Amino acid sequence: MPAAPTPGSRLRLTALLAPPLLWLTLAYLGSLAILLLSAFWTTDSFTSDVVHTWNTDNFHELLTTPVYRTIALRTLSIAVAVTVVDALLALPMAFFMARVAGRRWRRPLLVAVLTPLWAGYLVKAYAWRVMLGENGVVGAALAPFGLHGPGYGTTAVVIVLAYLWLPYMILPVYAALERLPERMLEASADLGAGAWRTLRSVVLPVVRPAVLAGSVFTFSLSLGDYLTVQIVGGKTQLLGNVIASQVTLDLPMAAALSAVPVVLIVCYLAAVRRAGALDSL
Amino acid sequence: MRKRKMSVWRSAAAICALLLTAAGCGSGNDDDKGGHAPDKLGKGEGKVNIIAWAGYAEDGSNDPKVDWVHPFEKKTGCQVNTKTAGTSDEMVSLMKTGQYDTVSASGDATLRLIASGDAAPVNTKLVPNYKDIFPALKQQPFNSKDGRMYGIPHGRGANLLMYRTDKVTSAPDSWRAVFDDAARYDGHVTAYDSPIYIADAALYLMSAKPSLGIKNPYALDQKQLDAAVALLKKQHQAVGEYWSDYQKEITAFKGGDSVIGTTWQVIANLTKAEKAPVKAVLPKEGATGWSDTWMVSAKAEHPNCAYKWLDWIVSPKVNAQVAEYFGEAPSNRKACAETAAPDHCAIFHAADEKYFQRVHFWTTPIKQCLDGRKDTDCTDYAQWTRAWTEVKG
Repeated sequence: MPAAPTPGSRLRLTALLAPPLLWLTLAYLGSLAILLLSAFWTTDSFTSDVVHTWNTDNFHELLTTPVYRTIALRTLSIAVAVTVVDALLALPMAFFMARVAGRRWRRPLLVAVLTPLWAGYLVKAYAWRVMLGENGVVGAALAPFGLHGPGYGTTAVVIVLAYLWLPYMILPVYAALERLPERMLEASADLGAGAWRTLRSVVLPVVRPAVLAGSVFTFSLSLGDYLTVQIVGGKTQLLGNVIASQVTLDLPMAAALSAVPVVLIVCYLAAVRRAGALDSL
Repeated sequence: MRKRKMSVWRSAAAICALLLTAAGCGSGNDDDKGGHAPDKLGKGEGKVNIIAWAGYAEDGSNDPKVDWVHPFEKKTGCQVNTKTAGTSDEMVSLMKTGQYDTVSASGDATLRLIASGDAAPVNTKLVPNYKDIFPALKQQPFNSKDGRMYGIPHGRGANLLMYRTDKVTSAPDSWRAVFDDAARYDGHVTAYDSPIYIADAALYLMSAKPSLGIKNPYALDQKQLDAAVALLKKQHQAVGEYWSDYQKEITAFKGGDSVIGTTWQVIANLTKAEKAPVKAVLPKEGATGWSDTWMVSAKAEHPNCAYKWLDWIVSPKVNAQVAEYFGEAPSNRKACAETAAPDHCAIFHAADEKYFQRVHFWTTPIKQCLDGRKDTDCTDYAQWTRAWTEVKG
């Protein structure tokens, strides 16, 4: 049983924790609160000056205009699709890195997975723009099979976002698989389970929280993205684009729109928390 | 447990207190709208903060040969800080911070800045080069109010129709190509990504559907706006992508992802320089366009340096340099003698008022109809913004 804290140690602890907690409350929660508060204001339609009159017009417009619903649903489906693609790609890759490749290879492979993170975000997105274009390598590679490249659009957005956020999914899954004791796999084999049965009953339950943890990153990063879609999305617009186009013109409306991804992410986190994934974060 | 509850309440109270303070601070209103134009200039303040379109305040960092900022600093002792803005809306919000002295505002920003009191009237007597500005650019509805100039005209240009000559075989001479005939180039049409593009559709409807009675593409009542939106929604089906970043349009035309759509002269030139087979024309219906004005902030901390910049940027030599680099018609008639390419002013129709009569310069749509109608309300820019979001779906 730990000893009761003396007054001195309590003071020191307070002094130590006060600055970060203050930062969390003021800078983080405070800015979020001000953002949501400004959603209840309006703007002068001509000068774009913010008018400080309390009303709920923005939320009313948000909920009654069909186009916002369409855009929110599109954004949500893209975020889900990116998460699913990343999970499907990360599982075999992480399994290979953690269990199949020799010890000597693990570190180089890990570095290889991480290298894309070192290059600039825009550089990567523009590289994909060139590859997915009319005369790009993707189209050229598919041409012999009589297929066309996806061109710019939602498919391209899913591909590029899945590429960008893949490391965030691989890393937690790799860590979980590496911690998986070898003897559990051996025991499963000894008990007569085949590869599929072992995967289903032993490996997947162990990595499930890791996949969910990774999905928090891929999901929330995709939900907020607006640059990739500008570069390879063709005419697609997501929530982030609408917010970006409103932010200079109608800040209160942009604030109201920003509430949508916040609500979506809070719901997602609550769902994931129920599944116990946040314990391994 | 009780204690923890207490601290939650305490931090909630702290947040509320903070919010109230913020709300209180924000509602302070400035009554002194627009400020006053100075009667005479004093000594330079040693510094000037500028908001500019890309290419308007070059200091040699993009191309060592393109530099009119350093000579200005040397001559006047005013250190230049440039903030490049991508859209008119961004310029308006930057000016509201009060941290900038001058801005190169297009017509869809100028009126908003005048109305909000963020821009001050300009005493043109303190800008010696103002006398050589083309008369057609002075005292225009987008740069003046009640007979007072709110800035110095910088240059102008038209939004053109660009197409790839190898993919678009019959040379188009009408905006019909990107509206009613857009389906011919399914997935390869491009358009400017801004609510102001609604005016392009309205301009086309002026001649394609005269029954709508559109006289000015920036003065649309609800019925006329609905017609323009319906047309843009139809166009949307054939659009491959929208552009607002000019580099993006260059790569799209070069790669063949876009084959027809709206453009600026500078983009057409750069795309041609990249060896793409493109051509840009002014369709028979005329076009929308921009006419930029250097405005001075009502809260300018460095007004003397700002005036020196205004005079510098429209001086014949510099005006010629900017116009050539950006690809537009200069505002100073003496600039035409200073351009590196001798036919620059001819190519960009600098003195061709007939040409510019067919160009409807960007201006901010407001509730009071700009075409003089009194019997109806027109749609304002906020409605246009909402409509544009809807067009893109």
